[in-house]
Amino acid sequence: MTPCSRDELMIVTAARALADRQRVFVGIGLPNVACNLARRLHAPDLELVYESGVVGARPERLPASIGDPTLVSGAASVCSLPEVFLYYLQGGLIDVGFLGAAQIDRYGNLNTTVIGPYDAPKVRLPGSGGACDIALLARQTIVIARQTPRLLVERVEFVTSPGHDRRPGKLRSGSLGSGSLGSDLDPCGGRPGSDLDPCVERFPASSSMQGSRSDPGTAQRSRSDPYGAGPQLLITDLAVYGFEGAPAELTVRSLHPGVTREEVAARIPWAIRLQDDLPVTPGPSDRDLAVLRQVRGAVVGSG
Amino acid sequence: MTSKLCSLTEAVATHVRDGDTVILEGFTHLIPFAAAHEIIRQGRRDLTLVRLTPDLIYDQMIAAGCCRKLVFSWAGNPGVGSLHAFRRAVEQGIPSPIVIEEYSHFALAMRLFAGASGLPFMPLRSLRGSDLPGVNPSISTVTCPFTGEALDAVPALRADVALLHVQRADTDGNAQVWGLTGAQKESAFAADRVIITAEEIVPSSVVRADPNRTLVPGSKVSAVCVARHGAHPSYAQGYYDRDAAFYDAWDEISRDHDRLRAWLDAWVHGVPDRDAYMRLLGEERVQQLAAEPAFAAPVNYGRYA
Repeated sequence: MTPCSRDELMIVTAARALADRQRVFVGIGLPNVACNLARRLHAPDLELVYESGVVGARPERLPASIGDPTLVSGAASVCSLPEVFLYYLQGGLIDVGFLGAAQIDRYGNLNTTVIGPYDAPKVRLPGSGGACDIALLARQTIVIARQTPRLLVERVEFVTSPGHDRRPGKLRSGSLGSGSLGSDLDPCGGRPGSDLDPCVERFPASSSMQGSRSDPGTAQRSRSDPYGAGPQLLITDLAVYGFEGAPAELTVRSLHPGVTREEVAARIPWAIRLQDDLPVTPGPSDRDLAVLRQVRGAVVGSG
Repeated sequence: MTSKLCSLTEAVATHVRDGDTVILEGFTHLIPFAAAHEIIRQGRRDLTLVRLTPDLIYDQMIAAGCCRKLVFSWAGNPGVGSLHAFRRAVEQGIPSPIVIEEYSHFALAMRLFAGASGLPFMPLRSLRGSDLPGVNPSISTVTCPFTGEALDAVPALRADVALLHVQRADTDGNAQVWGLTGAQKESAFAADRVIITAEEIVPSSVVRADPNRTLVPGSKVSAVCVARHGAHPSYAQGYYDRDAAFYDAWDEISRDHDRLRAWLDAWVHGVPDRDAYMRLLGEERVQQLAAEPAFAAPVNYGRYA
């Protein structure tokens, strides 16, 4: 097998989380690479939707940004930015929202806004963009990020995009004027038995934590629920994580080849329970790597 | 109709005033850099700058001291990293502190949508659970009068002037675009005055043969100006590609305030207009960015005399 870097393994693993014919809202950066790779591997009819207004993109080169002109040429549709958020995202047409992250916490809250106090920031990050909207409204979200020592925190300093403990859940008629998150909080965020294809099933939960589809955090949004189920997978260059429990919290699903339990535990700053027999993430095939390197336009060194 | 064609210098001098609320829209595509540079040259101050993605265009205007307040939803250098002038202003108050008011893309787009539609606010399903409402008092909630559902709400945004770059326009100001339109149309209709810069001025017969492509009619436009390559270093679909190398280079140029000011001196203050800027950029770069043609099939509108 061709040797590959952990970065490449992360991207191939993320691409595998997508199924053909899904409609995916593609974020900037790593999600863009993973989604374009999936379309060239096993999901030729994956419908790529970009917040810039492109629907059904067939880019001839790897888009340098979410507004690259290569996304427009050959696309199925180009609409305005209000239309893509109103009709596609809020209209309930997005199966998977694919996001990057600078900081993510135990419940899947994402921070892309600020490190330090909001009014006197230590580091000012770009802000939400479409991330908050996608995290709330896509039927489920997948997060891909390099696992630097700063990625995982027990609590993000600023919630840009809500995770499982901050989700609105189902808003029932009669919850009059309930603008804040109170009694109508429903961390399940959906009902069991929907006909949707949950991406998590391609990465089964560890045996001791195996649950049915009605488990909080793996449940899918029903047609009657205007909000999505939130983050279902976190894919890093070290491991694949899911979200389980109530409210759903981060659990390790598999370790990438060559990654030790200690290495992962050292990058998780709270007491996380790792099961004894964690599976190993399947490595990429030679074809996966060849296509990835072609998509990225350059061979990435191994190691 | 009287021609609205004038120089960009005249359009900015007439229609953009100190203290105005100004929108320069164009979502990664057709970013009106030529117009921004003219505003910097004319030394406008205390502007409230509105844009979903401040991008390099507002990074330059912030560094130049034009901005008092920034209303935005994603402040990064796309595909590269941080906007350093924006960060210096927010983190250190250099060259002067700016007030920021931030949203998600959806929420800010809905502010423009409400402003363009003559509504006081727009409801939407987003932002709840986020910390954004806690730092932005303009984000609120509203109860649906029909279902009782609690929704999020953002107020209408009205601007004094919107500056938009388009592929082609006629001298009446009828402005046509293709490719990504972002929130350009909402920006035009949310503003009291509209300045159009265009890659080319075409006969009205060209515009009127294909009216579906019109972003904003001339009747809503105050001035129309020629600005060839007016969106560089962003792009104009079918005309030229995004100058990705410049977006990379900006990361270095903008890390240091003095170096950025030197760049502004050479590329903005040091040139009278966009044609001179392009001569400075050089023919070789222009050729590299030229797009290979790919025409759509013509459509038949029919003639109904």
